[in-house]
Amino acid sequence: MMSLYTRRIWINRIGITLSMLAMSLGLIALLWILWTLFSRGFAALSWDLFTQDTPSPGTEGGGLRNAIVGSGLILFFSMLISTPIGILAGIYLAEYGRVSRFASFTRFMTDIMLSAPSIVIGLFVYALFVVTTGGFSGWAGSLALALIAIPVVVRTTENMLKLVPTSLREAAFAVGAPRWQVSLKVTLRAVKSGVVTGVLLAMARITGETAPLLFTALNNQFFSTNMSEPMGNLPVVIFQFALSPYDNWVNLAWGGALLIALLVLAVNIGVRIVFRNKVKR
Amino acid sequence: MQDKFFHHTTQLFAFVVLAALVGILVSLTYEAWPSIKAFGPSFLWTNIWSVPDDKYGALAAIYGTVVTSVLALLIAVPISFGIALFLTETCPVWLRRPLGTAIELLAGIPSIVYGIWGLFVFAPLFADHIQPPLQALLGDVPVIGGWFSGPPIGVGILTASIVLSLMVIPFIASVMRDVFETVPHVLKESAYGLGCTTWEVARSVVLPYTRVGVIGGIMLGLGRALGETMAVTFVIGNANRINGSLFAPGTSIASTLANEFGEADPGLHIASLFELGLVLFIITFVVLAISRWLISRSMGSEGL
Repeated sequence: MMSLYTRRIWINRIGITLSMLAMSLGLIALLWILWTLFSRGFAALSWDLFTQDTPSPGTEGGGLRNAIVGSGLILFFSMLISTPIGILAGIYLAEYGRVSRFASFTRFMTDIMLSAPSIVIGLFVYALFVVTTGGFSGWAGSLALALIAIPVVVRTTENMLKLVPTSLREAAFAVGAPRWQVSLKVTLRAVKSGVVTGVLLAMARITGETAPLLFTALNNQFFSTNMSEPMGNLPVVIFQFALSPYDNWVNLAWGGALLIALLVLAVNIGVRIVFRNKVKR
Repeated sequence: MQDKFFHHTTQLFAFVVLAALVGILVSLTYEAWPSIKAFGPSFLWTNIWSVPDDKYGALAAIYGTVVTSVLALLIAVPISFGIALFLTETCPVWLRRPLGTAIELLAGIPSIVYGIWGLFVFAPLFADHIQPPLQALLGDVPVIGGWFSGPPIGVGILTASIVLSLMVIPFIASVMRDVFETVPHVLKESAYGLGCTTWEVARSVVLPYTRVGVIGGIMLGLGRALGETMAVTFVIGNANRINGSLFAPGTSIASTLANEFGEADPGLHIASLFELGLVLFIITFVVLAISRWLISRSMGSEGL
């Protein structure tokens, strides 16, 4: 017969052990995925990956040049669209929207948009843009990704602006600065690095997004820098090639996945390192 | 004057987000209209998806979406709770940051990477080493035996659920960790002072105190799981039918869209796909709205 005390101790030990197991399970999953990605991805890396275009069925070799350039262009333009919109909307929420009902409603909706299924965004842009302009295009892809990036930028900008001490704002007001100058030249400047972080994180978030590109940018087997035409891009190439029966295609898919993951991980880790030194919690 | 201009400009951009949301609802409904008119509400509970006959019903896709998401949560919630508990209560302080970052990195990995990992690494392993013993162990048990019937081919509903659970763990775990940290130290210390063990403090003090936020975190994970596309498309098997077995291939709303939309025929087929998207958007919207409401209530009222 176990005493109540021993039983409690044992329950505690079992609980704590289980929680440690859960933690190690998470770590194992992370390491396992990364290990697979690095071993298969680095095996596929070669100079050809960057200098040749995606191969046609049945041909040997090939690379991802068109997809890398296409992804770069699509990403660049989507960040160009989403950064100003996101920052200005973030300023509104932080500076004017502390009490207004419209602002808290917008904040709530932005939070929902943060996790809204990305494939639905793809459908939306298809209906709005692809149908009306008469075809798949790089622009449609940029627009879809921008819609996903905006909420990320909005929320990080707002959160950063909220960290600015009120005294700084008051000091600026006291010397007679109008409100818009206070916002743009004082508070926004004070949290510049935080806002840049938000933009980078938004970029990391959309780098690997595949679903919204399937029916917007589509894919293009050939090298193209024309944003008005279907455009090759890494995520869709990975999707198509990974499910293909050709070994060299599957290899290229792993190489592409490694490139994307490296970029995303570099941004995520880099941002954390920079931030730890800047903001001590 | 300039101030007013600035105010309204920023407000306009804030409005963009709202406009996008409303735009999604309106445009999806508009594009789905032929299908809504042709099939009516029975679209939601008809189990047929036949391109040659031009007849569509969403039941198989809804079934796959809901089953994979719920199973994923059943796996992810206890593990996330363990992780959050470890990070807030038992973990040595110097390890908290790196371990927390590791879990957050898991959230940063693009879903397509989970997809190809699931297809090339996890599914074969699952077929060779996990499905046969599971079948031998549970296959003959009445009622639940049917869940584990069928050939162990690796891809299928259960595999999709496990990959999904890995993807939502970081989201649920970080919300849980954040709300666990809102528990006042005084409360926990007084429980420890009475001689409670760590487990008892977690069960009887931390959990009741953060109940609302924890449920919000779980709903957030659910919202994520419902809409996840790429990872599921790779490993669910893409068979547009309902099969009682969890080993059988199935489909989800998102994976049906990913597979068929590109080559859909104009007319009812594409309209039905839009209606699927609309259904998905409404379901996730409701789930996410509840989740955000619960999380903000929990973080707000207890003071961050």
